[in-house]
Amino acid sequence: MTICNSCRYCEGFCAVFPAMERRLVFSEADLNYLANLCHNCTECFYACQYAPPHEFAVNVPKALAEIRMNSYRKYCWPGMIRGGWAASGLAILFVALALAFTRRTSGGDFYAAVPHGVMVSLFGAMGALVLAFWSLGLVRFWKEDPARPPLHAAALLDALRDVLKLSNLSSHGAGCTYPNQRQSQARRIFHHFTFYGFLLCFASTCVAAVYDNFFGWKAPYAYLSVPVLLGAMGGIGLIVGPIGLLALKMRRDPRIVDPQQDGMDLSLIGLLLANGVTGLALMALRATPAMSPLLAIHLGFVSTLFVTLPCGKFVHGIFRSAALLRNALERRDSDQRENRRHR
Amino acid sequence: MTETNPLTEANPFTETKPLYDVLVIGGGNAALCAALSASECGANVLVLEAAPSDFRGGNSRHTRNMRCMSESYGEEEYWTDLLRVTGGQTDECLARIAIRSSAESPVWMKLHGVRFQAALGGTLHLDRTNKFFLGGGKALMNSYYEAACARGIRVLYNAEVVALNMDCGVFKSATALVNGIRTEFRAKSVVFAAGGYEANIEWLKEAWGEAADNFLIRGTPFNNGRVLKLLLDGGVEPVGDPKQCHAVAIDARAPKFDGGIVTRLDCLPLGIVVNREGVRFYDEGEDLWPKRYAIWGRLVAGQPGQIAWSIIDSKVVGRFIPSVFPPITADSICELASQLGLPSDILETTVERFNAAVMPGHFDHNVLDDCRTADLTPPKSHWAQAIDKPPFLAYPLRPGITFTYLGVKVNDSANIVMRDGTSGRNIFAAGELMAGNILGKGYLAGFGMTIGTVFGRIAGRQAALAAK
Repeated sequence: MTICNSCRYCEGFCAVFPAMERRLVFSEADLNYLANLCHNCTECFYACQYAPPHEFAVNVPKALAEIRMNSYRKYCWPGMIRGGWAASGLAILFVALALAFTRRTSGGDFYAAVPHGVMVSLFGAMGALVLAFWSLGLVRFWKEDPARPPLHAAALLDALRDVLKLSNLSSHGAGCTYPNQRQSQARRIFHHFTFYGFLLCFASTCVAAVYDNFFGWKAPYAYLSVPVLLGAMGGIGLIVGPIGLLALKMRRDPRIVDPQQDGMDLSLIGLLLANGVTGLALMALRATPAMSPLLAIHLGFVSTLFVTLPCGKFVHGIFRSAALLRNALERRDSDQRENRRHR
Repeated sequence: MTETNPLTEANPFTETKPLYDVLVIGGGNAALCAALSASECGANVLVLEAAPSDFRGGNSRHTRNMRCMSESYGEEEYWTDLLRVTGGQTDECLARIAIRSSAESPVWMKLHGVRFQAALGGTLHLDRTNKFFLGGGKALMNSYYEAACARGIRVLYNAEVVALNMDCGVFKSATALVNGIRTEFRAKSVVFAAGGYEANIEWLKEAWGEAADNFLIRGTPFNNGRVLKLLLDGGVEPVGDPKQCHAVAIDARAPKFDGGIVTRLDCLPLGIVVNREGVRFYDEGEDLWPKRYAIWGRLVAGQPGQIAWSIIDSKVVGRFIPSVFPPITADSICELASQLGLPSDILETTVERFNAAVMPGHFDHNVLDDCRTADLTPPKSHWAQAIDKPPFLAYPLRPGITFTYLGVKVNDSANIVMRDGTSGRNIFAAGELMAGNILGKGYLAGFGMTIGTVFGRIAGRQAALAAK
């Protein structure tokens, strides 16, 4: 960090370097904030005149990745599931349980296989717990830095834009240096597929809940209905996105990798993909006897995803968004001070 | 002439392509600009870079900007700036070529993937005159190497040229150690862009004596001057002062080579500078720092042991970009002296005398303020404030060599000029190797990259023409 702060060549790349320059000394809270602000685009690694094998051996993306992992462990209660085996075990367990408790039917009616009340209460409860755990983590992140500026709407909008556009992975339109030194938008595009795929699936569920609770329209819905269309698009996103991210991950430069995170990363990619595949299969085969086992498998994967949401790789999105918000606040704050000085 | 290399069969490069159109010797900014330009003119190009790929790019990897003529920075102002720093030791014709071509160079650079950004924090005074590379010089070089790869230009790393076959101003071949294997490369024309000799301590000793052992080299260890020497021995006309180099005072704890930008110290004008004996030796506040930082390398080199210390107090902390190394701190001057290994009584006297000589004034480190000393030798003309607020801080200083001025003479086509006045028919030079034609003395921020880019492109084009 001292090297970065006296060099400053990278300050045009992303939000991390200007944020670094706003500080002269770095507390643990600062490091955790910077680490979560870093999108791991790795441009600063390839541009660094002090990167290994230079004797200073500066490797910002890797150092921040390691700090980031530790920060997750610090913020997340009760802890992080890091091993791929743990997530796989959970998935097998949940799928098996779901298969055991799902009634065999001839297809068509989801609730004949799994009662409506069971589905709503089970996932309602899980969802509430996920939100509670995330909030706890967020509060811990936010309170760690004593000098947090007050929230305001303009900064919220800035941060939202950064989250939705992944502006820090675009490198001014040229794309980041991932999986190798060549600039490419691939990672950003596949992340968008995954991110928006997930959101569309979530939206589909929300619309379905409204149909069910307010209009009394029961699933399954027609192929051209809003929930099915949203779910189908989301499912495609959750297939294309994770496969693309996985393919990039396999080819990335080993020098910037923190190997202890592989299990966590692969678990999330695998779970999202499994949810996408089983969800689409369920939609396609819902009128056949295959529906009930497929529903069980799908719900097994959905449950695993829910359980890992507050203690797996998914939390990167939570803390990254919070870091982007803090960054937006800081940036506006320092801009204002700059303007006052010039006046 | 056919291959003389007994290991030819083991070397696929001499086997498959015995004759290149253009051979580029060097791997920095000028070399790659030459290679790309020659390739644009249809030439088949080979680049020989002495460094391994991780350290490719010569001193360009440490740069960050390029001085460009523009609507707000016209040719005459640019020329006047150059005239001022060189004290007239420049070739006006070549200089004006560099200046004029710098205006449209960024367009060409962008075509080859180079990206620019706003001036970096702490360098706003260069915003009007210089264009900054996004991510700095190594990112620039990465873009050029990427572009070269896309154009099918072949690059060999770990390929140091050790012998040249030139006859009456005609280049025939160059022999390089490629990963330690002697290999001869033939080409129809050649561009030399292999930098100066600043990393060659033995050569530096010819001018500086044993003091050169204590010099630190700010840039690449691969600029050992071997190619320069081969050219001069081959009858090429030299240019530039053979004894002079650009030297600044950097943190003495910097690595011997490649310490780059982070070892610089900007705090000198904010305090006093003392030598090993604990006494001051030059006016620290003579002029604005950007105009004076380059004299301190020479000043420190002239002190016993080639070492000095910048001493400041807590008042000025935060007014300069910190060095990568922590300051040495103490609560009293006496204690500081003992930490630095300086005679404490003398250092105390130096500081007391200095403090007593400080006249009242309004301190402003951004302008030539009215804080100066009275009746002190040497004086401090500006920014003189008593050093009285503990803790006291010190940074050790050594001469950091940036580049050397000795080069080869070229004409306006980047054609090398032989000692008999003829020009080498198919021999061209670019970059630091010929910068002495234009920059005979002093330095202008970002001008090295301008010379490298402009003459690299000229040399590449001309070499491609000469190969036809």
